[in-house]
Amino acid sequence: MDFSTFLWTSFAAFLTLAIFSFLYKDNPLYKFAEHLFVGVSAGYFVVILFHNGLSPNLLQRLSDGDWYYLWLNSLRPWYIIPGILGILMFSRFSKKWAWVSRYPMAIYIGIAAGVAIPLEMTNRVLRQMVASMTPINWGNFLGSGYLDIASGYSEVIILTGAVSALVYFFFSTPHRGAIGGIAKYGIWILMLGFGATFGFTVMNRISLFANRIQFLWVNWMKNAFNVKGVNPQADTSYMLAFTVVALIFVGYVVWEIMKKFRKAETA
Amino acid sequence: MIRNVIYGILLALMSVCLALAQTDAVPQDSAGTAPAAISPPQPVTGLTAKDTPDDHGHSITLKWTLSPDDQGGAHSVRTYEVFRWVPFFMDSMHARQYSVDSLMGLQTLWRRYLPFAKDSIKYFEKSGNAETARRFADTVAYIEKRTSTLRGEIKSLQRGIENDWERAPQAHAQYPNGGEWQMVGQTFAGQGNYVNSGQKDNTASDYLPNGCNFYYRVDAVTADPKIRTSSEIVGPVQATGQWYNVGRTPSLFATGIFVLLVLLFVRAARKGKELYVRPLAGIEAVDEAIGRATEMGKPILYVLGLGTAADIATIASFTVLARVAKRVAEYQTELIVPTYDPIVMSVAQETIKSAYADAGRPDSYREEIVFFVTQNQFAYVSAVNGIMLRQHPATNVYMGKFFAESLILAETGALAGSIQISGTDEIAQIPFFVVACDYTLIGEELYAASAYLGREPVLLGSLKAQDYAKAAVIILAILGAIAVNFGWTEFREIFRVVR
Repeated sequence: MDFSTFLWTSFAAFLTLAIFSFLYKDNPLYKFAEHLFVGVSAGYFVVILFHNGLSPNLLQRLSDGDWYYLWLNSLRPWYIIPGILGILMFSRFSKKWAWVSRYPMAIYIGIAAGVAIPLEMTNRVLRQMVASMTPINWGNFLGSGYLDIASGYSEVIILTGAVSALVYFFFSTPHRGAIGGIAKYGIWILMLGFGATFGFTVMNRISLFANRIQFLWVNWMKNAFNVKGVNPQADTSYMLAFTVVALIFVGYVVWEIMKKFRKAETA
Repeated sequence: MIRNVIYGILLALMSVCLALAQTDAVPQDSAGTAPAAISPPQPVTGLTAKDTPDDHGHSITLKWTLSPDDQGGAHSVRTYEVFRWVPFFMDSMHARQYSVDSLMGLQTLWRRYLPFAKDSIKYFEKSGNAETARRFADTVAYIEKRTSTLRGEIKSLQRGIENDWERAPQAHAQYPNGGEWQMVGQTFAGQGNYVNSGQKDNTASDYLPNGCNFYYRVDAVTADPKIRTSSEIVGPVQATGQWYNVGRTPSLFATGIFVLLVLLFVRAARKGKELYVRPLAGIEAVDEAIGRATEMGKPILYVLGLGTAADIATIASFTVLARVAKRVAEYQTELIVPTYDPIVMSVAQETIKSAYADAGRPDSYREEIVFFVTQNQFAYVSAVNGIMLRQHPATNVYMGKFFAESLILAETGALAGSIQISGTDEIAQIPFFVVACDYTLIGEELYAASAYLGREPVLLGSLKAQDYAKAAVIILAILGAIAVNFGWTEFREIFRVVR
């Protein structure tokens, strides 16, 4: 690892630690990392949007036409329509003409709803309904088939669970009596599902955390400071740079603690 | 001594076994001649080629009866290779397209190279290396001269290609002259069908035009690819697009019935019929939370999530936002709405503006209430977290589409001591809101919330229609399960959406 790579890796490590410092409380280091992250990502987004959105979907498709004719002599002149709709969005900068921007927005939302409705009906209603119409394996259900008795019950659980969860989402009937009972079973089923999802996702997050710790230890500590002879290039300048950064960190922590003590004394 | 004898016997036994195994491994006929060579297999029969139904075209479906030698005998068929007759015209068109792509690539390359070359001229002039500077200057002059004409060349080539594609049907009609058989796909033994799908974009290398006569044949191929038998040729067949996808008929009927129900209930609601909606705890709490924020003199943070303005959850969230904004305007409380998507930001600004006007406070509306942060998920989260900890909002409302950031937001809000109300239709994120927020609208409750709050006939009517649709789904699911268990599987097939 050369010195410039060391500096950049150390900066990434510093930012990681700065974000982790939020676990203690909001502080200037976190604020610095947050503002840097937001600023860089906003700038990056503009470039990405131009190169991945505007350029391939609009400019390149009109590129065989001429600006002098407003690209109307292009082979695919109809691409000018979304271009104009996009330009209309800029009318928001004028108070007088801001209403014009409602047209592209209305078209966008209208098209999206039109596309979404049949898709939702197909994927979230009909396909789910057909999937719940499963034959029950009575052999397993009665315990006379394979040893896996639970597989016999699973179809019954899926059907009753789906039906009762749907009943919970009935809004035009009060949840009392039989409906209330079924809805209660439905919410239990939902909560069981949520519990499983929660555990699964938390496991994923822990793997993300492990990845960060791995970065700090392997990419930064080991490589930068020649732990176990991994990076023979590491010299005193690396340690010096690290010490400076570490001193800033420690100094800040000491300052915070002192501030806390002073506050306590004044109180 | 005894040990050596035992080893000797074992060695002899092993030799005998090896000899026997080798004899088994090489089958010999009765005359003791070498094994039979692979002979050509019998061809596939009954080959048919039809336009793939219910699509936008650019696809042909082939079916055939397997060769009798499929996976059997010394001339066993291992694979089937599908061939299509392609006129040379198609190859020449693709080659022309390739040259256009290359010229465009060259144009980009030159555009990037020019600043470097110009800097190099300056550098070498300063360092006294006039010869190298002159070479760079020559290169720059050549590129600048060529660039001015290159764009025109590319344009004329593109136009020429686009016009020439119209000759594709004539070129295909020349069969069998001026073309060749090209392999377009392969299947393993045992599979008697293949879908030859291509792109609709004529700049793609696998462009498959509609309205052209295609001819196909299928080769039964043995372990030795040279030994094969071709089927009879089928054709002409044309790929065409259909306006109506028969496989989605159940979806059309279901949507139609649902729309009809919505219209009926909207009409009933407009006529003044009282439509009951059960109370939703999360929504009941909104007014209370706004009141609390007003008493404390602290702002209300409203997060619309990461969805676009086209997502149903975000659209539902706009209705809740309108209600919150109206109350905020009435109570003269501060509202903060950081957004992730620029279109969502514009729609939210319009929504809040209208709500302030409805509350009779258009003067209190400020554009800064809604602002764009960034379109990077975690950068957005860190910014919203910062707002929570620095401005200490009394109430945080999270309504819309949320992903991995849900727990980070809700946990920070809980840490800051705010009352939190959330709602999303992202099933994987609901658990995080349930554990970290005071009230959570689960899935469809978010859509119901907009009707419950707005009390508008359109929304109430659609909510009522949804309930009836749900009842129908429940009944059909139960009936379907019973029917399938009694062996009447056709009942299930009525509702199956094929593609």
